[in-house]
Amino acid sequence: MADVDKWIYSAVVKDHFMHPRGFLMGEPKEGEFDAHGEVGSFACGDIIKLWIKIDKKTERITDVKWQTWGCATAIASASMFSEMLTENEGMNIDEAMKITPKDIAEKLGGLPARKFHCSILADKAFKKAVEAYRLRS
Amino acid sequence: MDHAAATPMDERVRKAMEPYWLKDFGNPNALYKEGLVARNAIESARAEVARVFGARPKEIIFTNGGTESDNLAILGIAGAVAGGIGKLTSLRTDEEGNPTEAKFPNSSLKPAARNFPLPRLHIITSKFEHHAVLSACKKLEKEGFEVTYLDVGKDGVVDPEEVKRALRPETILVSIMYANNEIGAIQPIREIAKVIRNFKKKGGFSGEAKPNFSRFTLPRSGAGSDASQNFALPRLNTAFPYFHTDACQAPGYLDLNIQKLGVDLMTINGSKIYGPKGTGVLFVKDGVKLQPILYGGEQEKKLRPGTENVAGIVGLAAALRLADEEREKESTRLSKLRDYFIGRLTMEIPKVVLNGHSAERLPNNVNVSILDVEGESVVLYLDEAGVACSTGSACTSENLEPSHVLMAIGRPHSYAHGAMRFSLGRSTTKKNIDYVMKVLPGIIEKLRMFSPVKIS
Repeated sequence: MADVDKWIYSAVVKDHFMHPRGFLMGEPKEGEFDAHGEVGSFACGDIIKLWIKIDKKTERITDVKWQTWGCATAIASASMFSEMLTENEGMNIDEAMKITPKDIAEKLGGLPARKFHCSILADKAFKKAVEAYRLRS
Repeated sequence: MDHAAATPMDERVRKAMEPYWLKDFGNPNALYKEGLVARNAIESARAEVARVFGARPKEIIFTNGGTESDNLAILGIAGAVAGGIGKLTSLRTDEEGNPTEAKFPNSSLKPAARNFPLPRLHIITSKFEHHAVLSACKKLEKEGFEVTYLDVGKDGVVDPEEVKRALRPETILVSIMYANNEIGAIQPIREIAKVIRNFKKKGGFSGEAKPNFSRFTLPRSGAGSDASQNFALPRLNTAFPYFHTDACQAPGYLDLNIQKLGVDLMTINGSKIYGPKGTGVLFVKDGVKLQPILYGGEQEKKLRPGTENVAGIVGLAAALRLADEEREKESTRLSKLRDYFIGRLTMEIPKVVLNGHSAERLPNNVNVSILDVEGESVVLYLDEAGVACSTGSACTSENLEPSHVLMAIGRPHSYAHGAMRFSLGRSTTKKNIDYVMKVLPGIIEKLRMFSPVKIS
């Protein structure tokens, strides 16, 4: 935990926060994604919106994009989560549904306890998006 | 850019403190020479602080900081009036368990009143005080006191008329800060003092606020049967309510003369004024009785027992003197920089809103809500660019609640979470501000790029 001396979060969090991956700029184009989910509120200080594109035959996730208003860990966890979903040609939906906040936090090299519940919202936004996708197809 | 949080020690302050670490380390309570040297240092410091305040040296109590001074003022007054906090013998509660009446066994009230349940002693403060004041008031509420938390309006200024309306015969203390630490809003201390003075002159009736007679369960006394006489029984003596102000953000910018201000108690913190951390002052007007919050030796009139922090006290006094000497020049300089900074922030970055009064504002305080972004992210990006500042966002606090100050001025959560405080200081130059304005717009643009929030 040597990097804590210099920065309050891990080096991985910092990297994903300073150089976020997989976010969406502006509004999505018509048909660019199959569904989206949104969680959080102004009151709790974090809002995340997440879009998914699914291969209907294989149920693999072919594209994930996110937008986050929130603190460093909220941004970093969305960035990390989108990477996890799209690794190796995209994860299968059922498999992706099993990802927990703890899994994301571990990938990020740990998070302060008080940040754990409030700032990892990406998995919840994803579950909402899948729900919306399943309702439609 | 975070001078309201901490200031570097002034080199002149460090020099003033220097002899008291290694050379003149004596215990000021000792009778021999070394002790006297230390004692003289403390008493000179006390005289210096008293001079800046326009007070008498015996009215100056040295503490270990702003929090302790605030606590000593509030808990100290409450304790002295009630005969000891935490010593209530009966506490009546309503159905929900909230106290309605309290009985104070060792109260300084007239003996006749002691044996009857008294109206709950009352304190007035504002919603956006420092937590050192608010948490002390919360503690007293639990012990049977009643506290009114005044609204501060959208500019963050307490209305003296509101104080007037809130005053009651059973009010023992009014505590309103001199200037708010987050939004820099300067409070009308003199006007509030005037309201309190008039209230006392009228014997505890403001004319508008009718005392709540139904609360009183006092028996009718034989002589004199009009209600006001019965009512007079539990009235505190005319010295009440006392007026305390937390002036931690004021030195170097505002007039600290206690006679002009009209306060009975005033808190100062050394670490906000280029002095040492862990040092503070409580001005206590002669005649105001306080119950200590610490018990031990007889130092500081028994109000602050423990061997005095000699070097710290010397440093605090030196820092206060310097702040006072440079007040006008530095205030003028920083006011210009502040307005230049606010001007650029609001002109060059879209969707930036100033928090707090634009004119009644500390010369060193800039607080803006930057919409569609969240404060902690901005702080960390700025930190990476070499700029230190603070935010009203919940993410930096332990309780995950956004700033109580911004909520008190009626800002919605989305504004509070995007609030940035830049506090300027002696080392701040136009160049520093130009640098912030060079990096900040890009940071905001980047964060907005992936923000799902678009407040219109």
